[in-house]
Amino acid sequence: MASSQTTTTEDRAAGHARRQAELRKRSSGRLMIFGFLSPSLAILLFMVAYPIFSLIYYSFYNFSALRQTTMKPVGLSNYTFLLSDPELWQRFVFTGKFVFICVTLQMLIGIFVGYQLQKNFRGRDIIFTLLMMPMMLSPVVVGFLWRYMLNSEWGIVNYLLSSVGLPKVDWLGQTNAALWAAAAADTWMWTPFIVLLATAAFRGIPETIYEAAEVDGASPAYRFFRITLPMSAPVLFIALILRLIDSFKQYDLFVALTGGGPGSSTETVSYAVAKTAFSYFYTGEASALAVILLLIITGLSMILVRHLTKMGEKY
Amino acid sequence: MAEISLRNLTIEFGDFKAVDDVSLTVKNGEFVVYLGPSGCGKTTTLRCIAGLVGATSGDVLFDGVRVNDLSASERNIAMVFQFVSLYPHLRIKENIVFPLKARGVAKAEIARKLDWVTEVFKLGDDLGRYPAALPPGARQKVALARAVIRDPAVLLLDEPLSAIDEQFREEMRWELGHLQRQLGVTTIYVTHDQREAMSLADRIVLMNNSRIVQVSVPDRMFFDPVDIFAGQFIGSPSMNLIDLEPVSGGLKLGGSDVTLTPERERLPQWALSSARPLKLGVRPINVHLVDDPQAGVALPVDDVFSVGRERFFSFRIGDTIHQGVDKRRSNSGSEGRVHFDPDGFLFFDAQTGRRVGAEDAA
Repeated sequence: MASSQTTTTEDRAAGHARRQAELRKRSSGRLMIFGFLSPSLAILLFMVAYPIFSLIYYSFYNFSALRQTTMKPVGLSNYTFLLSDPELWQRFVFTGKFVFICVTLQMLIGIFVGYQLQKNFRGRDIIFTLLMMPMMLSPVVVGFLWRYMLNSEWGIVNYLLSSVGLPKVDWLGQTNAALWAAAAADTWMWTPFIVLLATAAFRGIPETIYEAAEVDGASPAYRFFRITLPMSAPVLFIALILRLIDSFKQYDLFVALTGGGPGSSTETVSYAVAKTAFSYFYTGEASALAVILLLIITGLSMILVRHLTKMGEKY
Repeated sequence: MAEISLRNLTIEFGDFKAVDDVSLTVKNGEFVVYLGPSGCGKTTTLRCIAGLVGATSGDVLFDGVRVNDLSASERNIAMVFQFVSLYPHLRIKENIVFPLKARGVAKAEIARKLDWVTEVFKLGDDLGRYPAALPPGARQKVALARAVIRDPAVLLLDEPLSAIDEQFREEMRWELGHLQRQLGVTTIYVTHDQREAMSLADRIVLMNNSRIVQVSVPDRMFFDPVDIFAGQFIGSPSMNLIDLEPVSGGLKLGGSDVTLTPERERLPQWALSSARPLKLGVRPINVHLVDDPQAGVALPVDDVFSVGRERFFSFRIGDTIHQGVDKRRSNSGSEGRVHFDPDGFLFFDAQTGRRVGAEDAA
């Protein structure tokens, strides 16, 4: 009896020691995790969280970065001013048009070309490598490239037009022509991205699925619209959202290509933020506009993230 | 429904002949099983009937009409593939009606057909689900439902049960056979599993090395193999194959000093006097290890093992190991004698591997 009791006490003691050791191990593990994470966490806090918070903070002040002493809290008046400014609305409209044209062209061309490139053939790798090249250029470089090509006097585009007897077009001197020119440059640069993703998505569809569809009596068109497109829709949707976000905040291309002109008619919202902040130094107002832009892009990103999560559940 | 004929069908991939001069007619409503080892050409034959692979030469005929030049979508065939081929982005219901929609069948007709297959396959609970939510067995059931929903000329099944758990496979096999008889649809089924072939087929087409070896009903496939390959491929455990050497007074088992005699093993006269060397094929069920010290012959027993209720034993002739059924009373302690049952004797030409009988020996 007595001996059995001793054993239980000993057992209990041993169990306790074991639990202690485990706890120590676990907490030291936590410390380790934190240790490894802290450098990147610190950078993230300093580079992302701090600027965002100061951005939001400044957006409620009448404040210019050139005159730090006079910081006057103005509540929401930066926002009310911006939202009632017809010029800003015009920039949103222009940005919207640009996004719509770019994304539509890039998706349509990208899906078409991607579908052609999904089969294995000789020289496929070379074509892919060539396709990647515009993407590797800086948007500013692309902007200048197209600016020279579209120059109304000596650009190659007008040279080609006049060589077949067509009139020269002042591409960058008219708002609508400049819009299409910018869209063309952006499409030239980013369609390969869609091609790449679309090809990957199309090639991910197993051959037996197509064979089953063929046996089931589906015509090539029916197969494309009922099998290929819907099965690669998740990836195509991601590509779409990424392009939406990216073209929505397009800035550098316009700096190099049109400089916002003619007048300020090809200024995007991002362009307006940069100009307000660093040409006029209306830091408070620019901050408020940046916050609005941030909200819109966060909204788009949330659609993307939610979609990605849902995709994981379904397949 | 249709009668499917293959006339001198040959299919080549580069230098490789996947199917070599195959001719066969599958009757209307018949259930034919292509059986054979991997790479024997059975699946390629099936895919050619489907229209997914082109014939290098020869013809494929549906009800006497040549269909070589029709694409798979124009042939009115239905096919179930080995690996899952359901459309992952469509719900089960949409998967099943896909062939009807692809052909532009009227809505009311689609609804009627859907009700019918749902009833037949008991799919009511799964209609709204996505394929990923179903176990593999249930997915193949859906694939089968999708296949039969539009009254195909022929139902082609490419190892449909091989990716399914053992337990569910039995059930599916039974259901499949039942369904085929109920629908009366011409069915061609490809498998490497002889049990599936034996239990499902009206006729088995045994293939090896791109050619048809034997076509017969399942029973005859077992009892009347045309050659050594057929004899050894069908039946499990596999048929024992023993070299025979003619000696005075009988046939000696090659590599041993044991002789089978006309008296004890009732060896036929033609086999004793055969001009060509023979091999004896005898299935394990026809080789018994018995207690009686007077019966059979003495051969070294290697091992005894149980498979469920049955006890098998292995024995040596020369360097080769053969198998038989252990029929000794348990705990008898006797070493046992090996008794060959002459009813199960099959003789093969040692050179060609062809089966030989009395009529060939002359």
